[in-house]
Amino acid sequence: MLNEEKLKRIEELKKYYPNSQSLLLPVLWMVQEQEGYISESAMKYVSELLKVPLSQVLGVVTFYTMFKRKPVGKYHIQVCNSISCSLCGCSAILEHLQNRLGIKPGEVSSDGKWSLEAVECLGSCGTAPVIAIGDEYYEELTIEKIDKILDNLK
Amino acid sequence: MNFKPSKPDKVVKWDRALLPEIQGLSKIDNYILHGGYSALKKALEMNPYDIIEEVKKSNLRGRGGACFPTGLKWSFMPKNTQKPKYLCVNSDESEPGTFKDRQILEYNPHQLIEGAIIASYAIGANAAYIYVRGEYNKWIEMLQSALSEAYAKGFVGDGILGSNYSLNICIHRGAGAYVCGEESALMNSIEGKRGYPRYKPPFPPQFGLWGCPTTINNVETITNVPLIINKGAQWYSQIGAEKHPGPILVGVSGNVNNPGVFEMPTGELLLDIIYNWAGGIPNDKPIKAVFPGGTSTMILRGDELEGVRMDAESLKSAGSSIGTAGMIVMDSNADIIDVIRRVAHFYYHESCGQCTPCREGTYWMFKILERFANFEAKATDIELLLDIAGNIEGNTVCALGDASAWPVRSIIMKFRDEFEKRVFESQTRISVSR
Repeated sequence: MLNEEKLKRIEELKKYYPNSQSLLLPVLWMVQEQEGYISESAMKYVSELLKVPLSQVLGVVTFYTMFKRKPVGKYHIQVCNSISCSLCGCSAILEHLQNRLGIKPGEVSSDGKWSLEAVECLGSCGTAPVIAIGDEYYEELTIEKIDKILDNLK
Repeated sequence: MNFKPSKPDKVVKWDRALLPEIQGLSKIDNYILHGGYSALKKALEMNPYDIIEEVKKSNLRGRGGACFPTGLKWSFMPKNTQKPKYLCVNSDESEPGTFKDRQILEYNPHQLIEGAIIASYAIGANAAYIYVRGEYNKWIEMLQSALSEAYAKGFVGDGILGSNYSLNICIHRGAGAYVCGEESALMNSIEGKRGYPRYKPPFPPQFGLWGCPTTINNVETITNVPLIINKGAQWYSQIGAEKHPGPILVGVSGNVNNPGVFEMPTGELLLDIIYNWAGGIPNDKPIKAVFPGGTSTMILRGDELEGVRMDAESLKSAGSSIGTAGMIVMDSNADIIDVIRRVAHFYYHESCGQCTPCREGTYWMFKILERFANFEAKATDIELLLDIAGNIEGNTVCALGDASAWPVRSIIMKFRDEFEKRVFESQTRISVSR
């Protein structure tokens, strides 16, 4: 399932960890990077690859909020909903995104382009309010800024 | 209740040492040009025991929240053991209001790497893991490129700088779990398990990563280490507050004009930080309340801030704690009930689910606070909240339980009138609707 380059990377990583179970998080990240989410068959694959019981793979996937068991949108938007962002107006940002994209937190738009998630502190409190689209942080947001950002995402 | 203090006017002069005002330090050549990795050279010529003694003398205390003396922590590592030893550097940074470690990863990653090598050498570890929260993928890439540079120059790897000391450093990416910032949960996460905190004892120096002796330090703590080696414990221990010395990264966010991370000596007045470093409150509104070091620290009312300083001892006597030094400032417009509802949601969401008091209690507290937010509070709800908080505290494996109970208790204690008012308003609305 994982491509050659990633399998090579796993071999390199083995040098840093004393057992294969410890590679679970890095390998799950690779799966998610390649497939967009972690399906049941992917979990079986990882279980066999690392010789870790499937139950444990499932346990880990369900524990960490960033591992997705269903596909997310091409652009996955995380809106920080924590204290500093709320003091700086994140509620209006979340509401605007819901209206503009026509989806609620936890949903994917019908064309598969967007998904939305309200998340806990993103660790960018000094530049609140903040959203993350994929790995990219967008800071000190206003509704106008968000519209510009979304307009530029094709 | 809202407090408007006389504005302090002192801004301390501080030559930044954790986040120096030098462009391009994240590139290794530039870092070396400015004296980088000289502490490593010095350290490798020292006896590991002497390094630990030097760090002890410097009085460096952990910057992750617990303020535990770093040198003492290192000295707990067993000397006569056949087992491998490990260092973990904690950059899980997920406490609301905390965004300081990210600055180090971005602007001064080599000082962190240098500190990690020295710390590993001091405790006798040949492998170190830097655990970075999953959301920081961009910063993980920055750190990884710095780490690759350090490998290429022979600062990390086999036979460092011609010595017989070898070390591998690996960056481990988290995947969105606040609890993994708890040291034993962090180790479980590296081991490829659910991030459940472990029972203590045994403590990490006895039974850490894969059952081997392990030390866990915060990113900022480790970034202080090269300074101590280069300039000496004597120099370091004279900076800032006597019992909690050194430079510290203070994050200020919320209702301030100039939020951000500021490096300063410990022991600055909180009001100085708010008004002089962070530019004061927008429209000059009064300060309603402050979380001095992330949401797990007891809230302080505006009128309690006078004279309180950003160091462990001063904040302790003020009835709070320094935490991660990530201040959240709330002005007179802030809705304290909405604030605590969000705080409660955070702990409910982040509870790992292992201990019943925390798993059930955090959810229950959040549901009750939602009632307050929706004007549906019952007359008994305030006491119920205090009762639940009291039953979580001290009854869980890790400190997340305590951290969820403290803000609820401290906010009710200090803003009880607002809760009572909300109960009254709720009762009135309910009776009107009937």
